[in-house]
Amino acid sequence: MFKRLLALLVVVVMSVSLLAGCGGGGNTNTPTNTTGAAESTGATGDTITIGTIQPISGAISAYGTQSRDAIQMAVDEINQKGGVLGKKLKVVVEDDENTPEKTVNAFKKLVTQDKVIGIIGALTSKCSLAITKEAQQRKVIMISPSSTNDTVTDAGDYIFKACYNDSFQGPSVAKFAIETLKAKTAAVMFDNTNDYSVGLKDSFKKKFMELGGTKVVEESYATGDKDFNAQLTKLKASNPDVLFISDYYPTVSLMAKQIRNVGMDKVVLLGGDGWDEITNNAGDEVVGSYYSNHYAPYSDDKEVKDFVSKYQTKFNVVPNALAALAYDSTYILADAIQKAGSTDPEKIKAAMLETNKKFVTGSIKFDPNTRVPIKAITMVKIEKDSSGKLIAAFGGTINPQ
Amino acid sequence: MKKNRIFNAVVILGASVVVFVILAALQYIGVIDEYNGQLLTLSGIYIVVALSLNLITGFTGQLALGQAGFMSVGAYTTAIAIMKFHVPMLLAILIGGLVAAVFGIIIGFPTLRLRGDYLAIATLGFGEIIRVLMINLGSLTGGAAGLKGIPAFSETENFVLDAVIKFSWVYVFAVITIVIISNLINSSPGRAIISIREDEIAANSMGINIAYYKIFSFTLSAFLAGVGGGLYGIYMGYLNPTMFGFMPSMNIVVIVVLGGLGSITGTVVASVAFTYIQEWLRVFKDLRLVIFGLALILVMIFWPKGLLGNKELSISGFLRKLFKRENNPERTVSQQNGSREGK
Repeated sequence: MFKRLLALLVVVVMSVSLLAGCGGGGNTNTPTNTTGAAESTGATGDTITIGTIQPISGAISAYGTQSRDAIQMAVDEINQKGGVLGKKLKVVVEDDENTPEKTVNAFKKLVTQDKVIGIIGALTSKCSLAITKEAQQRKVIMISPSSTNDTVTDAGDYIFKACYNDSFQGPSVAKFAIETLKAKTAAVMFDNTNDYSVGLKDSFKKKFMELGGTKVVEESYATGDKDFNAQLTKLKASNPDVLFISDYYPTVSLMAKQIRNVGMDKVVLLGGDGWDEITNNAGDEVVGSYYSNHYAPYSDDKEVKDFVSKYQTKFNVVPNALAALAYDSTYILADAIQKAGSTDPEKIKAAMLETNKKFVTGSIKFDPNTRVPIKAITMVKIEKDSSGKLIAAFGGTINPQ
Repeated sequence: MKKNRIFNAVVILGASVVVFVILAALQYIGVIDEYNGQLLTLSGIYIVVALSLNLITGFTGQLALGQAGFMSVGAYTTAIAIMKFHVPMLLAILIGGLVAAVFGIIIGFPTLRLRGDYLAIATLGFGEIIRVLMINLGSLTGGAAGLKGIPAFSETENFVLDAVIKFSWVYVFAVITIVIISNLINSSPGRAIISIREDEIAANSMGINIAYYKIFSFTLSAFLAGVGGGLYGIYMGYLNPTMFGFMPSMNIVVIVVLGGLGSITGTVVASVAFTYIQEWLRVFKDLRLVIFGLALILVMIFWPKGLLGNKELSISGFLRKLFKRENNPERTVSQQNGSREGK
């Protein structure tokens, strides 16, 4: 009995890891350029090696594989234009499975075996936080494309990020709600077991009240909850103008349906960058909602249009915001190396701070103290196109205060 | 008998020192680079934690699925003791182990009457409770965002030396854990524990206090897992409740089953293999975890009892045979450091 149970459990775990592996393996557009052995050091010979740490397998491999493809695309473009400092740029991709432990392993491999001079990653804040201290100690330039947690860059002056902080995102959505949507009362749903969700909710609530909102009611749940009717019924009683859902798209898609079912037909749904990809996952009930994001793929902006069309031709999918950020991160790093005129990390670091250019996700300039970009936030409006498909349309920008 | 024991002790000490010197020297001169050295250190932590689970699952015969929960208690306690109360590192790790042991007693009592799948579910629940607790004790544990800035084993700027120091700490704890478990198993309480695994009713009728030995084994296991957790926290420098969820618990179960239930050598070999193979497979890029999963399945098909079943590798036994010493009285379950050279 006991042995059989154990055997069953082990088989389950194995199957899970198999499936997790498939998440990453499903993408046929595997970059071909990344299997190089560790023979070349970061800067000698005729290549410059950078590394990236992405969740290629595991629950969020959809983000990781898109980011990886975007980085590879950027590197190929740069090499076509002659590379960096006259040398070819090479990127080594490592998987972190979205766990801090594997992130540390991948970091060690990149730094000691591949001898990379810079690292793009990691994707999630918890993975980035596990390596920032060591990146700083070893003077490895690290630029996280999408770790929005405020404390990621605290470890020191070698740590950068290409996205804004959570503490900027929440207030921006609040500002949008008050100024553009003329909201007076708000309701908030958040996951109290998730740091991203809690942080976003707090900053939204604070700013909303500061800007003249009259009331914010909040209800919470835990990661993995599927039924929100009890909380939503309570929120309905307060009849809010807007409902801010501080979570990722899978939960939001589930919740949106229940929101309409309990009879909150008119309330405008708002969200943060965790909603990215919602257009592929939710139904009509989210049409007319707004969320803050790093870019809107259907915007008329020239950089965005170029990037989306190139990515779409190559990989046959509309790139998500994390892919855009990863693409930008590659260019920011490559530009800095070029500007520094050498692969000396100290010079690259200084050149990074001078970044001031328009990228796909907006004009980027680093705050010299936090090394977080000062850039406008994009509000995305969910619309339905003529074929009945949901698209992420451009809904406005909010400039940094 | 006494002569045998002294011989064993000398051999164990000698072998562990020799293995340590070799591994540390290879790291220091760079034959084992920092990346591989890091994996060696990580393997050592897994040896401590997996052995703690083997004590419950392999030797006591109780299926427990919440080992990462004890690890989490130890890790957070150690980290908080060092950061908030400036307790010396060694003491902090022991405190972490003790607090985890207290949890071991707390969980041990009510689950005593549970067996097999019921106990598995209870321990699984425990692991989840701990995870949620760590998320909600925000002011102490950093909540869902995690605990940052845990001081490292050393603050030296020399990265090679730093790796060797990390390795030394973990190595010492791994050897101590191996010695504790192997001595326990060969002692009278250890035999009692094994008898519980073989047949609870028979053991009871032979006058063995099942309740006592189950709690004893649970508590010691929790202590060791807590120590492993403490090492893990300092080694990582960052803690996050998701690092100790369901999957990490299952990974430890996989190591124990892979090595062989009730084999210390097996657990040691499997801990090292589990850590290394996942990393070696990085050359396969996207197919990495697919291949890893397949490898695990193949092992279970061809070695259904795990890599070593319940056999042990014994250096002293080996030496005795080599020197043709007489009276090798028992099937020695005493020494297994030899397998560490398998790297």
